[in-house]
Formats: sequence, C-alpha cells, structure tokens
Amino acid sequence: MIRIENVSLSLQATPILHDISLTIPKGGVTALVGPNGAGKSSLLSLIARLQPLQTGAISIDGLPVDTTPNRTLAKIVAILRQDSVVASRLRVRELVSFGRFPHNRGRLTDTDRTIIEQSLKQFDLTDLAGRFIDTLSGGQRQRALVAMAFCQGTDYLLLDEPLNNLDMYYARDLMRSLRQVADGNGKTVVIVLHDINMAGAYADRIVAMKSGRVIADGAPAEMLTTPVLQDVFGFAMQVATINGKPIVLHHL
Amino acid sequence: MIVAASKKPLRFGVVAGLGLTILFVSSLFVGVSDLPFRTAFSDPDALQLLLVSRLPRTLAAVLAGAGLAIAGLIMQTLARNRFVEPATAGTAQSAELGILAVTLLWPAATLAMKTLAASGAALLGTSIFFMTAHRLPPSQPFLVPLFGLVYGGVIGAGVTFIAWQADLLQYLAIWTNGDFSGVLRGRYELLWVGALMVALAWFVADRLTIMALGRDASIGLGLDYAGMMRIGLIIVSVIAALNVVVVGMIPFVGLVVPNIVSRIMGDNLRGTIKWVALSGAGLVLGCDIIGRLIRYPYEIPVGTVMGVVGGALFLWLLFRRPAHG
Ligand SMILES: Nc1ncnc2c1ncn2[C@@H]1O[C@H](COP(=O)(O)OP(=O)(O)OP(=O)(O)O)[C@@H](O)[C@H]1O
Ligand SMILES: [Mg+2]
Repeated sequence: MIRIENVSLSLQATPILHDISLTIPKGGVTALVGPNGAGKSSLLSLIARLQPLQTGAISIDGLPVDTTPNRTLAKIVAILRQDSVVASRLRVRELVSFGRFPHNRGRLTDTDRTIIEQSLKQFDLTDLAGRFIDTLSGGQRQRALVAMAFCQGTDYLLLDEPLNNLDMYYARDLMRSLRQVADGNGKTVVIVLHDINMAGAYADRIVAMKSGRVIADGAPAEMLTTPVLQDVFGFAMQVATINGKPIVLHHL
Repeated sequence: MIVAASKKPLRFGVVAGLGLTILFVSSLFVGVSDLPFRTAFSDPDALQLLLVSRLPRTLAAVLAGAGLAIAGLIMQTLARNRFVEPATAGTAQSAELGILAVTLLWPAATLAMKTLAASGAALLGTSIFFMTAHRLPPSQPFLVPLFGLVYGGVIGAGVTFIAWQADLLQYLAIWTNGDFSGVLRGRYELLWVGALMVALAWFVADRLTIMALGRDASIGLGLDYAGMMRIGLIIVSVIAALNVVVVGMIPFVGLVVPNIVSRIMGDNLRGTIKWVALSGAGLVLGCDIIGRLIRYPYEIPVGTVMGVVGGALFLWLLFRRPAHG
C-alpha cells in the first residue's frame, strides 16, 4: 500500500502540490491523469524519493520513503521517469540488466538472467538486445526503458507516461502486460496517462489531478463522464458507450 | 555487468594488449645511453641503467597514462559530459595551486606531503567545478567543458601570477608540462598510489556505469548517489595530483582515450574500464618514446608530444561520426 498524507511541495517558492492525501492499495493498476503541469510527475517523484519530501508523509508498505535506506526501497519500488535520457552507449541487454542491480549489486545470477531474458521477450526486444541504445528509434528506446523498470522486479511500479513514442500495437501491448502483472503477480502499478481511453480500459482506478490537487478519484465508469472530464480538462467531451464501456471522444 | 561480448572488443583488446607490450619493451631500450638488448642482462652497468632509469621511467609512463585515462573517464561519467578531463576543468590547476602553496609556506615538505596538499586542493577545486556544472542547463552540453576551460584558466592564471611573484616559475613549468626525463628509481613510486585508485575504479565500475545514467536512475536503482560522487571525486583528484607532483600534467589523455574506447566498445564500464587504463598507458608511453626519438639525442617532454598527438586524435574524434552497431 502506498500511503500519501498531507503532502505539499514548493519548488523555487512556487507551490506545486497542495496538501495531497491519497491511499493506493496493494495490487491493481491506478492511472494518474490530468492536464499538463497538474503535478503528476512531481507526485510520482516524491513517491519514488527522487524529490525530497518537504511536508507530509509518504510510505510504501509501511516504509517511510524519506528515512528508509535507498537500497531497501530499490527492491520495492521502480520508477520510469517521463524524460529519461540514456546518454551512455549501452546495449539494450546491458541496460535492461542494470534493472537487476538492486538485487545482485552487479553479480548476475541465473535467476537474474532468466528475468532479463523474460523482460526482453515481453517487450519484443530480443532481436534488438545487442544493439546500442543510441541506434534505436524513440519507441524502441522507450520499450527498453520500460523493460528495465520491469526487470527490477519490484512490487510497486511507477510509470510516468510510458506510452510516449509507442505505436498502437506496443501501447496496447504494454497496457496488457501491466494488467497481467497486476492480476497474475499481485503487483501495484501507478501509471501516468494522457490517453484517457487507455486509462478507462485498463485501470482499476483513475485519479485525476489539476493545479497540484487531487480533484476526482474513482473507478473508470465514474470518472469517464462528461462533467468529471470537463472539471479536470476544462472542455466538454462526448462520452459514448461501446460494448457497455465508456469511450471518450476527446478528439472531436 | 558482463553480458555477451562481440568480436570487435576482443580485437581491440588484443591490439591494445600487444601494443602496450611492444611499447613497454621498446621503452626499456630507447634512450640517450646505449643499451644493446644482447648485453642488457650480462653487463652490470647496463643492468644498472635498466633498473635505475629505464624501468622506472617506463613504469611511470604506464602508471601516469592509465591513471589519467581513468580520471578522465570518471570525470566524464560524473559530469555526464564527454568533453571534460582533469587537465582542462580545473582539477590539475587546483592541484598546482595546492603544491605551490605548500612549496611557499613549507619548503621542507616531502613529496608525499606535497601530494597530499595537491590532492586536497584538487578535491576542493573539482568539487566546485561539479557544483557549478550540475547547475548548467543539460540542453547545452558544450557549456560544461566551456565553463571548465574558463574555470581552469582562471585558477591557472592565478597560479602563474603567484609563481611569478614568488620567483617559482621554473617549478611551475615542471608541474604543468609532463616530462619523464627526470624519473629515476626512488622518484616515481608515489604513482603506484594512482594504480590503487585505478583498481578502486575497477571495483566500482558497475556503479559508475549507473552514475552515467543520471541521478534519478542511480537513486532508483538503490545507489548511494552522493557517496559515489565523493568516491569518484577522490579518485580523480588523487590521480591528477599525483601526476602534477611527480611528472607534471599531461593533457588530452583523459579526454581522447575514454572517448575512443566508448566509440568502439560502448560504456559498460565493467567490460571497458581495463581497456581505458591499458590504452591510456599505451598512449602516454608511445608519446614518451616519440619524444625520446624525434630529436635524438635530445628529448622532447611527453606533455609537448601529447599536445600534438592528443590534439590530432581529439580533432579526429570530433569529425568522425560515431560508429553504429
Ligand atoms: N524544477 C522545477 N522548478 C519550478 N517549477 C517546476 C519544476 N518542475 C516542475 N515545475 C512546475 O510544477 C508543475 C507540475 O509539474 P509536473 O511535471 O509535475 O506536471 P505534470 O502533471 O507531470 O505535467 P505533464 O503532463 O506536462 O507531464 C508545473 O507547473 C511545472 O511548471
Ligand atoms: Mg509529467
């Protein structure tokens, strides 16, 4: 369980997050949505202890993120940042292998190798495994980064806009993989999404943020309605129902 | 982490290893005094020359080269910028300031004490460089080396001014321009501390590779980012200080060697760090041999030769597009 209590954040004297309290139970997929600048990435960075906590408290499985040793947390929570840049010339397999570092501190075991190969296969990277990252396309690189986060094998997975650069095939593929690890392995996934229909189709719960606050929170069926979406995103969008599921026609 | 290697690195390894061996042996027999290979071990005078002068000189070049290449590699890793090295970004200049201060304030200090002072000063100067470099916008990668040049230049100018005032300019020349001609047994052994630093770098190679992925990735993977930063800074500062004090700074080694190895083999340091050390050793030794031969029987300091050879290599690196594969 991720417990966020009265968390506020200011950067350079500008308030970014205002008194956020949120509980994310263990297991399942939670989508974090909201307009640009709402504070989604900032909240994720705080949970993943990349940004020091200023006020309030955050704990994962009862471990406070600000006082628990970094090495311990690295085995519990993995994060994929929105703007990860890999400037090093590493091969795909090498990069993905580093996801196992928290567990093996650099000495690969057979279990590690199995998990690495599995992650490569899961994201269709086996053929690219020997290529240098800087020779890949944007979407291929993104898949390598997701595979690395997966490889870390943590109970909690925080993904900041992992669908960036992915084509429809791989976007759907990734969402299905997330669903699978949540249902099959009991993992907890928190994912920032801009594609509201992806959130509706794959998440158990949608948390909407705006201007540094959580302004709506509920199951997809409650969230994908014209009034809620207008509140969050600031314009009216039609919501159709196809096969009993809400589909947002946000592009019209 | 070791993952399947391809053939190219293997070929590079064989070339680098063989090259260094050949250079090492040549270095023992190249110099003003004649040392024919046949009599080297039978004639006691020749053996004396070998043990007192040639072998120490050769080892000094190997140690200095390996150390400087590793120092450059670590600096580039920590700065996440491929165009910084201790000779240009203020580390060497700070070390010079340190040794100058000791020479002025405490002339009786031993070489080891001078090295300690130079290391401390280098550590301080390099830390200030990094604190500033990390504030520069990452969208402008050339600001970091540019800032390093200016920063190193300012400290270097200060050092020159003080040395001039104190009438120590000829000492300064010894520290700023690498030269192995003065190396004799008993006068270079401190450089072995540099070898220790190289070994330490090898030991933390995986961590350094992760550091190169940036602060967020390092913390995400459970690395003690600040601690690793300190270890890296200490390695860089000690190696640079040792070189300044014992043989004088040699430019370009820390810049070109890690870049060439990265082009050929990538940046997984667990696999490449030994080749960086080996290539650095070979480059410096090669330049020293050239310096001994080019105006025979006179010598040109290795720092000067490296200025030309390293500069040419650097330009070649800039203009040749990275190999893909
Ligand atoms: N280092 C910083 N200094 C000052 N303000 C910042 C900093 N980083 C982010 N902000 C501001 O904090 C607010 C929230 O940013 P954040 O990146 O969390 O938004 P987001 O919800 O992830 O947006 P997006 O959908 O565009 O990724 C924005 O208004 C942004 O301008
Ligand atoms: Mg964001």
